Amino acid sequence: MKLTSLISPTSPDFAQNEAANLKALDICAAAAAQAAFGGGEASRARHTSRGKMLPRDRVAGLLDPGAPFLEVGATAAHGLYDGAAPAAGVIAGVGQVHGQDVMVICNDATVKGGTYFPMTVKKHLRAQEIAAENNLPCVYLVDSGGANLPNQDEVFPDRDHFGRIFYNQARMSAAGVPQIAVVMGSCTAGGAYVPAMSDVTIIVKEQGTIFLAGPPLVKAATGEVVTAEELGGGDVHTRLSGVADYLAEDDAHALALARRAVAGLNRAKPGTVQWQSPEDPAYDPAELLGVVPADLKTPYDIREVIARLVDGSRFDEFKPRFGETLVTGFAHIRGCPVGIIANNGVLFSESAQKGAHFVELCSQRHIPLVFLQNITGFMVGKQYENEGIARHGAKMVTAVATTSVPKVTMVVGGSFGAGNYGMSGRAYQPRFMWSWPNSRISVMGGEQAAGVLATVRRDGIERKGGTWSAEDEAAFKKPTIEMFEEQSHPLYASARLWDDGIIDPRKARDVLFLSLTAALNAPIQDTRFGVFRM
Amino acid sequence: MFTKILIANRSEIACRIIQTCARLGVRTVAVHSDVDAGARHVSLADEAISLGGQTPAESYLKGDAIIAAATATGAQAIHPGYGFLSENPDFVDAVEASDLTFIGPSAKAIRAMGLKDAAKKLMEEAGVPVVPGYHGEAQDNLAAEAEKIGYPVLIKAVAGGGGKGMRIVAGPEMFEEALDSARSEALKAFGNDRVLIEKYVEKPRHIEVQVFGDGKTAVHLFERDCSLQRRHQKVIEEAPAPGMTPEMRDAMGQAAVRAAEAVGYAGAGTVEFIVDASDGLRTDRFYFMEMNTRLQVEHPVTEEITGVDLVEWQLQVASGQPLPVAQDELTITGHAFEARLYAEDVPAGFLPATGTLAHLAFSERARIDTGVRPGDEISPFYDPMIAKLTVHAGTRADALSKLERALSQTQIAGTVTNIAFLTALTRHEGFAAGDVDTGLIERDIETLSAQPVPCTRTQALAAVASLTAYDGALSGFTLWAPLRHEVVLHQPDAPSTAYVSPEGQGVFTVELESVTHQIAQTAEGWRVDGAKVSADVIQTPTGVSVFWGNAYHFDVPDPLARGADAGGGSDMTLAPMPGLVKTVSVKPGDTVAEGDRLAVLEAMKMEHTLRAARDGVIAEVTTQAGAQVKAGDLLVRLRGEDE
Repeated sequence: MKLTSLISPTSPDFAQNEAANLKALDICAAAAAQAAFGGGEASRARHTSRGKMLPRDRVAGLLDPGAPFLEVGATAAHGLYDGAAPAAGVIAGVGQVHGQDVMVICNDATVKGGTYFPMTVKKHLRAQEIAAENNLPCVYLVDSGGANLPNQDEVFPDRDHFGRIFYNQARMSAAGVPQIAVVMGSCTAGGAYVPAMSDVTIIVKEQGTIFLAGPPLVKAATGEVVTAEELGGGDVHTRLSGVADYLAEDDAHALALARRAVAGLNRAKPGTVQWQSPEDPAYDPAELLGVVPADLKTPYDIREVIARLVDGSRFDEFKPRFGETLVTGFAHIRGCPVGIIANNGVLFSESAQKGAHFVELCSQRHIPLVFLQNITGFMVGKQYENEGIARHGAKMVTAVATTSVPKVTMVVGGSFGAGNYGMSGRAYQPRFMWSWPNSRISVMGGEQAAGVLATVRRDGIERKGGTWSAEDEAAFKKPTIEMFEEQSHPLYASARLWDDGIIDPRKARDVLFLSLTAALNAPIQDTRFGVFRM
Repeated sequence: MFTKILIANRSEIACRIIQTCARLGVRTVAVHSDVDAGARHVSLADEAISLGGQTPAESYLKGDAIIAAATATGAQAIHPGYGFLSENPDFVDAVEASDLTFIGPSAKAIRAMGLKDAAKKLMEEAGVPVVPGYHGEAQDNLAAEAEKIGYPVLIKAVAGGGGKGMRIVAGPEMFEEALDSARSEALKAFGNDRVLIEKYVEKPRHIEVQVFGDGKTAVHLFERDCSLQRRHQKVIEEAPAPGMTPEMRDAMGQAAVRAAEAVGYAGAGTVEFIVDASDGLRTDRFYFMEMNTRLQVEHPVTEEITGVDLVEWQLQVASGQPLPVAQDELTITGHAFEARLYAEDVPAGFLPATGTLAHLAFSERARIDTGVRPGDEISPFYDPMIAKLTVHAGTRADALSKLERALSQTQIAGTVTNIAFLTALTRHEGFAAGDVDTGLIERDIETLSAQPVPCTRTQALAAVASLTAYDGALSGFTLWAPLRHEVVLHQPDAPSTAYVSPEGQGVFTVELESVTHQIAQTAEGWRVDGAKVSADVIQTPTGVSVFWGNAYHFDVPDPLARGADAGGGSDMTLAPMPGLVKTVSVKPGDTVAEGDRLAVLEAMKMEHTLRAARDGVIAEVTTQAGAQVKAGDLLVRLRGEDE
């Protein structure tokens, strides 16, 4: 039951893998550091000169010092808007306040005044979605000028645009998920509804403002000349308008008040799973960088990864002799029981059936699921189509889509084609989805995509009696391969919030654990599966 | 020997007496006020009787109640300790009238020594040297009297006090002028221009001799030097006196024994001398000051160098046994120091302080006499002494360095203390050289009372401790860079900001203004920048204390204890220290100007006038004359601008 690793950390392969994976990690780490720096030196200096804490310091000031903080969308908007919106201008993540998990959503006013770019909206909504699904109180640290006007068509009108933020607040509040706002800067126009829609609102004296229209717009509309403080400052809103409930002296005081508000929520985590004493893996998770091959095409045993993620490296493998390209089994991560579904090659009919069976088991037992994706897709070919691989694949997809247990997906390698779906890709709403720096995600591999396009092209040329040289074909395939290479990179995916972020594989075990404990703030419901095509 | 005694005292001295009793198998009865119901001396005693009340007058000074307690519990004798009733001859009479034994001298001896002028006369007659002086009625021959006494002399107003009408005169040519000005000042201040003339002692040292009598004869247990004083409060005492010669010791010892025998002294007593040390210690330059007819606070230094348990002797003599040893059987071994640890605010002018001793740990290399335990409170009702720390070593230098170490190992949190001041004294060059006099502390008061400045490493430790960081396997977890926490360090001078980044379990990076330190908290202690350090960090309900050579306290204010809507600031007049409200000079609605007197607070025999911080109108008065208040209590509030 305890897994035995066949990989030696002193082997040349290990060293080679580690070097390549570290390089891939460094690129992502640099992107994360850049994102965390917000709007740059000048903008940060301007921000602090006003007596305001930097947004990350605000997040820190809200949370229990030293308690884990699971950030989501850390590199959102990376490479988008000409780099104008580091981290999409908003910080989000799951942290703890007085020991209670909360979702904190903090505008970064050093990034274009905290205005909402399309990715800002998407990230804010994603953070709210995490809060709603996992029953996490929301604390909004607001400092935003509202919609980013040059991008208004992509942030204002649609279902998943700006308005959805307040819709979510109302729905969450109705569902008993507390909504707390701390107004630490501007809250203009639509933004005014974040504090107004919150259960409890704190505003910083002579710093926070809430109004539907700022002084310039008021003057243009009615000719009234008024200062921001008179229009919607902390004094006005706590004494006259009642839009805010508590007046804070400064950022630190406001955060202390927010902490007190969370402390008073009177919430307890529901009983969900049977915990066990946590135990370190027998194999060091730090070895993961040397375990995972630098080249996605190099096959390796996914149990080598599992051995470095689970307590005591113990893995109760289910159906080990059937459908061997999908590894399924039970284990614990820091004491939390999990069902692991991991790829060990292409999916066959048997593997898909086994996967569906295992999801049923975990659903029945209320055991959270962890998906370790390294999947090129389902097997293709006449034999497989004829035996109904689509039918078997559909069974697995149905099971994954309809199970009520929390799912956490980690892309540790490739995530291609329908394999992404069966393995609980983004569309299957895992509670969290994380990617490793070495991972790649696309509808198919770049080579295959270029190959498909080239075959179609060659067929066309040859139908007309023409010939196509190998050089021409290579030249034809090159841009497609390059495009796929760029678009399948995890930074490209994370920039667009196809996942919740890239992680250091050495922290994968902790990330899984924190994802699970966040998810376990919501009770686990019984599952009602859809129709399985038998 | 007695089988049961009552101890009419509290705190360290009560505990110290109980310890000897316990060793001798004598059962003990403690008495206590309501405030002291859970005090250490109560828990150490075999029995305890409540006297009720809070102030000494309501409790430890209630002689009748104490005698009743002794009778009720079957105690045969009463030990008065020091202070309270220890030198009250009426109490001695009452004790004896109740067929109980007073462990101490007779009422007669106490009375004889209690009247200072009469005592001096008595001593002069007994051949004990007193300060030469002229105390006569006639005021017309003063220059000649001064000549007789020998310059320099001191002219003092008879009705005087507080230095008014006092002049030091170096020689005869300055006498008339000084006399005139002293007289006119005295007339103005007291309406009486009569003066007396005394020998001016140029480099005064306070050297006292421990005596012990059985009612007929007496022995002395050598001297103690108590020259380290601040405003007549002894700070550090030592025995023997530095620079003491056998001749001088002999002369002083014999004088002291004569003094004791002159009043038929029984028990432990101390004869205090002022010594003119301007020309070293000379047998013709020590003068009787007074005799303390009780066990002294600083008796442990004598015990350390003589090996005698003075309390044991007190019990023996009081139970009718003779003096245990003869004079020639007493010898001095080594050198001892005692430092008095007080809860007091040194930078604020040695104001008495109160507080709950959130943390209390003493050096194991010193004798500790204390009446408090961790968690006990220093109340405003009594002397704020925390402990006496006594060390003994072969030589003075060794004993002094032992004292310094013991002080630096003393850890007290929850109140301010004078430890840094005491430590500074142990490092004073003049003191180390034995070049002491009663003016030493006052001369160097600024350097001595300077508060130790925490180094950046100490600040970093304090910053980490102020955070109360989450402690678990996932401590400091973030996906990428750690989150940094802003910590405001409240230091005596100015608050400063530190940024603490938790990086793992017990691992922190601390950014200070000019430097960054790595802090690690391990099972073996703290590491700073990788090196293990001998620092202890204690969290208290009000802040953080770092003990690292010195004690450094950092307040960690409750972040919620401020409020944009709570008012505050200079509108509130708060009690600066615990005390008794003597008078309240204003009532709601009164208009006051900045600096006007609002109230007078009496604390530890000092009157503190509380004044309006600005012009305004009194909104409310939340206290009244006679009220006992705690530090920080609101007394008077000015009306806000928009009220």
